[in-house]
Amino acid sequence: MSERTSARVVVVTSGKGGVGKTTTTAALGAALAHLGDKVVVVDFDVGLRNLDLVLGAERRVVFDLINVINGVAKLPQALIRDKRLENLYLLPASQTRDKDALTEEGVGKVIGELREKFDWIVCDSPAGIERGATLAMRHADAAIIVTNPEVSSVRDSDRIIGLLDAKTEKAERGECVDKHLLITRYHPWRASRGEMLSIDDVLEILSVPLLGIIPESEEVLRASNLGSPVTINAALSAPARAYFDATRRLKGEQIAMQVPSESRGLFTKLFGRKAA
Amino acid sequence: MKLFSLFRGGSAPVARERLQILLAHERSARTEPDLLAVLREEILAVIGRHVPFEPDKVQIKLDRGKLVSTLAVDIEIPNGHRTAGIAPQYSKLKLDGSSSALNKQVA
Repeated sequence: MSERTSARVVVVTSGKGGVGKTTTTAALGAALAHLGDKVVVVDFDVGLRNLDLVLGAERRVVFDLINVINGVAKLPQALIRDKRLENLYLLPASQTRDKDALTEEGVGKVIGELREKFDWIVCDSPAGIERGATLAMRHADAAIIVTNPEVSSVRDSDRIIGLLDAKTEKAERGECVDKHLLITRYHPWRASRGEMLSIDDVLEILSVPLLGIIPESEEVLRASNLGSPVTINAALSAPARAYFDATRRLKGEQIAMQVPSESRGLFTKLFGRKAA
Repeated sequence: MKLFSLFRGGSAPVARERLQILLAHERSARTEPDLLAVLREEILAVIGRHVPFEPDKVQIKLDRGKLVSTLAVDIEIPNGHRTAGIAPQYSKLKLDGSSSALNKQVA
């Protein structure tokens, strides 16, 4: 913690559900920690928490974000340290059904405390545009907009971009949240046949700089099944490498963008199986 | 060209065009009131001042296009109702608002 510069608060958001926010939060958080930074991932999905499950920490949750806000627990008591990466911590969401439990003042206080302790505070936003989502983005320095190359996801991302430009603390100060687009569940062969929006289509429509392209992969599902971020569980797989590249770009490194290409050889095409 | 790509199963260009049109409207709606909605309200208010009509006899069609949007207000006015400003032989009043000038303010 000694040589640390200022902490960065990053919100992982999308508007639409099921596009890969939680998977991305876990994968990026683990990658940042693996690269040596001190990271906390914060679940803002009150009532429907899942980041604990994707990180394999579901049986270790004692206190949560709401408990910290309400003063039931101190922040260090609620933070769960990852068993694989000593630099990675989780602040779980509450399973309460009371959405009002998340207050703007409380969230601001917790984020302020986390800024003292961590290099990166990665906020996993719930789907939608209600309280949880707006509070997750409220204090963000940067935003990762997770988008699938699909009409409803792109539309919702556009809406979220509008909120990032209007409803965040930075926007209200007249500044701008750093926005990054992360395209997930990309099928190279569908895009090449014109069955799926291409990367260029999505970039042209949303006009947000591209952080990375994560190909659709069974490794992502497998990692969730096992409760281990794909960047730890299958670090050499195509999605993990794409997440590592995205992480380095987030840290400011210049890394050439690789558009995933059709990796199926003649054999696998003939027999309809995906290359491992 | 479009038909050809549809025929081949490549629906991405259609998706792209639909999104571009939709988002152009949604983005402008964030910063300014929806012009077409305002026009619809005001047109109905003006007509309501001269002739009584039943709200459920009003059909409003809206088509938001890329270059031109159209607002069509179709109002059924009861026969025998004569008021200044409305020609008596008209039993149906049709307003078709469609111009690129209109659209410029919308898009």
